Amino acid sequence: MIRIYDFKGVSNQEKKNDFSKREYSVQDLLLLVWIVAKVLLVVICLLGVVAYLTLAERKVIGFIQSRIGPNRVGPQGLLQPIADALKLLQKEIIFPTASNKYLFIIAPILTMTPALAAWAVIPFDQGMMLANINAGVLFLFAMTSLGVYGVLISGWSSNSKYALFGALRASAQTISYEIAMGFALVGVLMAADSMNLQEIVLRQQGGIWHWYWLPLLPLFVVYWISAMAETNRAPFDVSEGESEIVAGFHVEYSGMSFALFFLGEYANMALLSFVAALLFMGGWLSPFEGIPFLAQAFAWVPGIIWLILKASFFLFLYLWVRATFPRYRYDQIMYLGWKVLIPVTIVWIIVVGFAIQFGVGPWFSH
Amino acid sequence: MLQNYLPILIFIAIAIVISVVPLLAGLILGPRRPDVAKNSPYECGFEAFSDARMPFDVRFYLVAILFIIFDLETAFLFPWAVSLREIGSFGFYAMMVFLGILIVGFIYEWKRGALEWE
Repeated sequence: MIRIYDFKGVSNQEKKNDFSKREYSVQDLLLLVWIVAKVLLVVICLLGVVAYLTLAERKVIGFIQSRIGPNRVGPQGLLQPIADALKLLQKEIIFPTASNKYLFIIAPILTMTPALAAWAVIPFDQGMMLANINAGVLFLFAMTSLGVYGVLISGWSSNSKYALFGALRASAQTISYEIAMGFALVGVLMAADSMNLQEIVLRQQGGIWHWYWLPLLPLFVVYWISAMAETNRAPFDVSEGESEIVAGFHVEYSGMSFALFFLGEYANMALLSFVAALLFMGGWLSPFEGIPFLAQAFAWVPGIIWLILKASFFLFLYLWVRATFPRYRYDQIMYLGWKVLIPVTIVWIIVVGFAIQFGVGPWFSH
Repeated sequence: MLQNYLPILIFIAIAIVISVVPLLAGLILGPRRPDVAKNSPYECGFEAFSDARMPFDVRFYLVAILFIIFDLETAFLFPWAVSLREIGSFGFYAMMVFLGILIVGFIYEWKRGALEWE
């Protein structure tokens, strides 16, 4: 087994790099500029993805419902997201008299920042990541958990009943499904023997049957359902159900402060889709690995293309599910989270544990 | 080791900037015409009956308490899962005993009706 990073083996090289003893030079500055450039590249690409995801959502749901969707701004409606952004920029940001002003304005920032910051550890191809840390999954889990603060603070500080109800529902739902998602991630860590995202993908090498969706199928399903519930998407969108509590926690927000909640939600959707592709669908690995002719025929495709294709499939799944299923009732959501998903994950963690302990099958042998 | 975390720190700083700039732009570019009706809390066209700072269902509180317990389990399971192949069968069975106790507690809370939402 190959270990790229190891807690125990701190080499002499790393001792030499101790921050306190180093002299800062031009090279350090260049490194800093290089990191900033890479971060900006990721962030700009991400904002583009988010903007066009909103258009894709309206188009896909339009076609599923036999409509055309937006088609007025630009060719085929392709400039619609830009028009939306410009319009939101010109709208007044309303501060309700009864609200707590500071918390009210901090809440959208608290939603948006973790949704962006989580992307720091996502590997887009082998070696193509901003921060190669060995606690990658832990960092992701921490960042996705922080999103609930934005929701709760926005709902409470608005001092409006609908906002408060929406925030309570959303946060109770998010933390319930977070448990199931955490247990699902534990299963992946057990199988991969690492928290480093790059290593988790490399451990899935050997073709489509070695990706973790197959040995961890129940955890994969639980992860995906939790991903939809965590982002408060349909069919789990009681926290912002238009027909009962109008918009839930962000009912008092307008203009750009509303747009930040919107962007944060879509950035989280994209994030969870990428994580699903990385943890369960082999990340950037080719699906034709190990198949005689197809493997050579598709060898030229760069890994990032595979990753984007897999993540796009999951994003499409979000839209497809939203257009297909009716909304759950709130008690049904809690029932599903606590009484179905959590028992399933606990049982499957024990199954995987025994499989590893006794070296069962092609997946869990030492 | 710590150097690997530098890009994360920079990313968080840039993420904060990216979240603050649109807000400032909105405040500068947008109009500013507050009036009493616009700034009152939304309540389907009515005048708001009362303040929203009111008691809410205790079950939300219960969910939060249960969440803390289970989230601690997750935090406990993470390092165990990563080192499972190194700690041998003693570490494995120790965690199985722990999970057994956890399941007993889960069944108890289920039977007591802590997970019911009628």
